[in-house]
Amino acid sequence: MAQLIVDNVSVSFPLYHTESRSLKKTVFAAASGRLGEDSRHRLTVEALRGVSFTLNSGDRLGFIGSNGAGKTTLLRTMAGIYEPVAGSITIDGAVTALLDPGQGMNPDLTGNENIRLRALFNGYSEAQIRQLQEDVAAFAGLDQFLALPVRTYSSGMVVRLGFAMATAILPQILLMDEWILAGDASFLDKARHRLETMVRGAEILVLSSHSPTIILEWCNRLIWMENGMVKADGSPEEVLAAYLPPDQFAHALEAAGKAA
Amino acid sequence: MVDAARSFRYRLLMLMIAPGQDSAGPGSPPPIAAPATRLVIAASHSWRERLRLAAVDLADTARLWPLVWTLSLFDIRLRYRGSLLGPLWLTLSTAIMVGAIGFLYARLFHQDVRAYLPFLTISLVLWNFISTVASEATTCFTQADAMIRSIRMPHSVHAARVVMRNMLVLGHNVVVVAVVFALLGTRPGLDSFTLLPGFLLWLADAFAASLLLGLFGARFRDIPPIIASVMQIAFYVTPIMWSPAMLAHRGLARAFVDLNPFYALLEIIRAPLLGQPFEPGAWHLAVLYSLGLFLITGLIFVRARPRLPYWL
Repeated sequence: MAQLIVDNVSVSFPLYHTESRSLKKTVFAAASGRLGEDSRHRLTVEALRGVSFTLNSGDRLGFIGSNGAGKTTLLRTMAGIYEPVAGSITIDGAVTALLDPGQGMNPDLTGNENIRLRALFNGYSEAQIRQLQEDVAAFAGLDQFLALPVRTYSSGMVVRLGFAMATAILPQILLMDEWILAGDASFLDKARHRLETMVRGAEILVLSSHSPTIILEWCNRLIWMENGMVKADGSPEEVLAAYLPPDQFAHALEAAGKAA
Repeated sequence: MVDAARSFRYRLLMLMIAPGQDSAGPGSPPPIAAPATRLVIAASHSWRERLRLAAVDLADTARLWPLVWTLSLFDIRLRYRGSLLGPLWLTLSTAIMVGAIGFLYARLFHQDVRAYLPFLTISLVLWNFISTVASEATTCFTQADAMIRSIRMPHSVHAARVVMRNMLVLGHNVVVVAVVFALLGTRPGLDSFTLLPGFLLWLADAFAASLLLGLFGARFRDIPPIIASVMQIAFYVTPIMWSPAMLAHRGLARAFVDLNPFYALLEIIRAPLLGQPFEPGAWHLAVLYSLGLFLITGLIFVRARPRLPYWL
């Protein structure tokens, strides 16, 4: 059974990027005996502060919140990419994170080569790699394009490839950012079908989105993030009722009702 | 902690026993199920915990060597995609360089071409490996930032990729060495059994240096140009184009030779290939410097590994 425990997790980004990053500054600061002071006064952005929750098989969690609330950082932390500065993450089950459309693909390599790299990362045999390539080609509907470099793809095609690649290897825990909505309507249906079979297999889905309709349709639990902290945690209806102005909430409920 | 170690062993076991036995999921459109894993990432400042995660990182890279190999192969292939001769350019450009410089410098240094050319060829090919590893290592993490930020992957994969890629380049260049040796009838010496340990030491050094320089290069963006100029100076200071014997009568500063880590490293491979007698001094120095490098890299990697994604 898949499980994901986020226990009192904090993540902060040091801001070396502008000022203190350069070696010159560090060396001069050390030479003038100011290094200690410098590191104590170092600016950090606290992206996540004391976030805790537990997800079990069958949970479909949504994240909602304004830009910069820490949703994507939290997804990256749950994927094990950012290691927390405090607290701990326990990931029980294979995780796939669909965080950005590029999926860490090398745009100069062809679709097939990128699929091969992903397969090798998962330790696949030659036969499995071929099976994966066929599956991705069929699902993404990109057959002849897979022999071309990814940089020649349209952005929608990159999304298809990324999604097909990430879900062809059936994960127990799927973390998704909302860019999946960039696909066209027919692909969105396919994607939804695949995700549904995946979630029906009693696995975990975590979705970050700005769209109340998507949240109501896909999730059975919603966390409202604000300033890197959990502001509310509950059923999508409850949390959205608090998050949205009443008229928008009614509208979202109606839209979700129609779609379902 | 124990669980993560156990799950790693379990994954390894599954890989060995049943590589093709992943069953299709329920409903089965996604055909391949990922193996179950368990991972605990705790923010910990204890060295023990950090050491464990660093060791897992290295072990995972060892497990992922087919990925490292393919990444390196694609790197080379990409570099020459669309070119007529492809990776043959690696061999060809080295051959042209050695041919042109060899005759010029043999005259400048008043050397016999037949003796000088093999020396120069092997030196240039080996130095090319050292300097390219050093300069590419500084950007090995910053260039892989898309990959690092989209998927959890052992960081040392990117350092291993630099080493593997340059091993492939070295493989192309060895052809030139072989041809020059065959044409001029140079025979490796009786001590060439030391080539194997020498080669292994090179691999370990290159990997450690890549990790170290990669981490520094990610944290301090001034490192790549600094390393580039250091390596340029090192090229002239180190006996690569010239051998210590050639300039001994000019009162050469022995420090360039006796304390130079690059000279020691070059010598443990170059001397046996050129049929020179076994030189324990170079070996002592090479091993000593390597141990120092491993120690520093180990400390820095264990400490900086969890912070790397934040620096990109």
